[in-house]
Amino acid sequence: MVDSSVVINGQTLAYTFYCIVIILLMAWFAYMVTKSGTGTFVKPAIFYTFVGFLTVLGVSLHIITYNTIPWAAMDLNRANITPDKTFVITVQDHKFTLPSSKMVVNLNDKVLFDVKSSDLTYGFGLFRKDNSMMFQMQVVPGHRNDILWQFTKAGIYTIRSTEYSGPKGVFMIEKDVVEVVDPNGTIK
Amino acid sequence: MSFIKTLMNGEEGLFKGDTLTPMQKMALRFVVIGLVYYGFVVIEGMLMRIFEVTPVSFISQPQFFAIMTAHPLVGIFGSTYSIVFGAFLFLVPFLMKKPLWSIKMANWTLVFVAVGTFVFWFAGFLSHYAPLYTLYWPLPADFNQFSVVGGTFFITGIALVMVGTALFILNIFKTITYTPEGWEKQPSGALLGSALGISGFKNLFRKNKKEHLVSLPVAAIARGTVDMAFNTAIILFTGVLILIYMVGSMLGFDLKTTAIDALLYKNWFWWGLDLIADGLVLIFVAGTWYLLATLITGKKLFMENIARAALLVELVVSWTVWSHHLLSDQAQPGILKVLSGEMVTAFELITQGLAFFITLATLWSARPLKMTNPLKFLLGGLLGFALAVPAGIMQADVGLNRILHNTQWVIGPHVHVAILVGLTMTLYSAIYFLFPILTNGAKMYSQKLVNIHFWCHLIGGIGMGAFMGMAGLKGMLRRSLYVEGEFNTYMVLAALCGTLLLIGFLAFFYNIVMSVGIKGAINIFLPAKLKGKNLLPE
Repeated sequence: MVDSSVVINGQTLAYTFYCIVIILLMAWFAYMVTKSGTGTFVKPAIFYTFVGFLTVLGVSLHIITYNTIPWAAMDLNRANITPDKTFVITVQDHKFTLPSSKMVVNLNDKVLFDVKSSDLTYGFGLFRKDNSMMFQMQVVPGHRNDILWQFTKAGIYTIRSTEYSGPKGVFMIEKDVVEVVDPNGTIK
Repeated sequence: MSFIKTLMNGEEGLFKGDTLTPMQKMALRFVVIGLVYYGFVVIEGMLMRIFEVTPVSFISQPQFFAIMTAHPLVGIFGSTYSIVFGAFLFLVPFLMKKPLWSIKMANWTLVFVAVGTFVFWFAGFLSHYAPLYTLYWPLPADFNQFSVVGGTFFITGIALVMVGTALFILNIFKTITYTPEGWEKQPSGALLGSALGISGFKNLFRKNKKEHLVSLPVAAIARGTVDMAFNTAIILFTGVLILIYMVGSMLGFDLKTTAIDALLYKNWFWWGLDLIADGLVLIFVAGTWYLLATLITGKKLFMENIARAALLVELVVSWTVWSHHLLSDQAQPGILKVLSGEMVTAFELITQGLAFFITLATLWSARPLKMTNPLKFLLGGLLGFALAVPAGIMQADVGLNRILHNTQWVIGPHVHVAILVGLTMTLYSAIYFLFPILTNGAKMYSQKLVNIHFWCHLIGGIGMGAFMGMAGLKGMLRRSLYVEGEFNTYMVLAALCGTLLLIGFLAFFYNIVMSVGIKGAINIFLPAKLKGKNLLPE
């Protein structure tokens, strides 16, 4: 499974490219609409082609991501996948209670994080050393909140609540508590 | 004319408040209140930007989150609702060529919205009640973090705004359907059917197509108002629910917060909120684009029937789209995530894309156009949605949502660009268009200031969204604080763009004050000397 940073980089490139194109297009339109013209309507064929393009784009986006972003399919089918490791975590009074002070995972293992809240709605996210996000989910009281993740990069990760739960929620950080190790090597 | 004279009497003394009709005054009052609250929002936004870079001592952390709670609500209700209400209460009679059903009710609407906004803003300011607009259960009833009394006033303020909104809804639908005194009996049912798109839908199956009884912009206003009615009911119900817990606590009873299912509540809440965000905003904006495009060009709208049908599709989409907010909720059924969260949401790309294309095609048909103030702001509004809608579609994806949800990406390139650039620039376009009509020909004080307003707002809005988005892609969460300055570079750049927005607003505000003068601005709030329901003086 590719690391989520690769997906973020791809998305950044695609959206930046789109923004540049649409800004240039609007600038061109603003310039041209003030120039002399014939005053005729756009041909309906162009309009219907545009509608078709939007339809294809809207639908295909999700089909493409489902087939290219590895965790998408795994997430929707997680009930049928046996994890290599499971960590049960509880949250109460703005505090995570972890099964151990360090949760160690082997590289390429599929790990299930099962998080329970007994009071408010919280979030559960894993963050890299540079503060970028690996993944997140919501933690809703009275419901099962589980996420299956396959780690493909060795490293040390921090847990942080990703949902606002009042001003106290800002401090819901468990630093460096998840360690992904490569049994055949060492973390750099 | 000296500076003082212009400041007091307006540019060339052209604005004369005594010549305004009650309808003009009513619409102008809404706009003034809306702009004052917009000023609140800009200042609050800047305070939060500063705090995110350096936690300044005059703002505490609870105060920061109280500001964050009030900020979007003041923006939506105090500012946007006020401007939209004023414009539509004037435009529906204008387009229907019949008087507004009740000017008195319109003025009461303004009182409820203005007072209600101030009450919840002030309650938050004093008590730091800060469950944020998400109100995820049972956070709003968490009295360990928040004051019960402050919360009670906060919710009461919201309820007052909702009462005002209900009056607006009633006034709009009554104006469409009623028969004015001395008029021939109006076909109420047929008018309503046309406004809501029922007759248009029936036309699909009829050989002899019936003519549309209401114009396209009125149809847009009516359909957006349907979403507004549902949303009002939901917010009122939710407010009453929270109030029950608050009153219970004040009386010494701690009601069981687990009696409400948190996920069900979340679904309910987002269904209601999306009636604004993915419903009435998009429908009203599309309707306003169509109206402005036809008014600016004097031409018929390109593909008018398709545009009308798309508005109906958008209305239905807005009822079925909420699940994209719950893509990271693991207990949410997968079928809802895929169907409602992804597929139906993708329709918004189509409906907004159509509105975008139709508006541009209509403008194109009238080349060459003069780059007037309404036109340039309209183009800015179109660009805003062209940037913000795809950003929203990307996060409404099961795969991408896993790494985007609740980051600054959501609130930056999507929400802020949609509201600040897309929606607000569209509203500014309408304001610049309506200004001479509502003021009986008053002249804008300075075109240079209009240009400063335009460029500062456009660059500031897009820039702020962009830097917030970059921070989000690097992992910065929304609704949080980074006390070690982890994302300071992006936040400083976003704050600089926020400063541009502030400069743009100050240029606009100063320009308007100098155009109508202080005397004229005060006169807007005095009773009209002219009587009757005419839109403009005879």
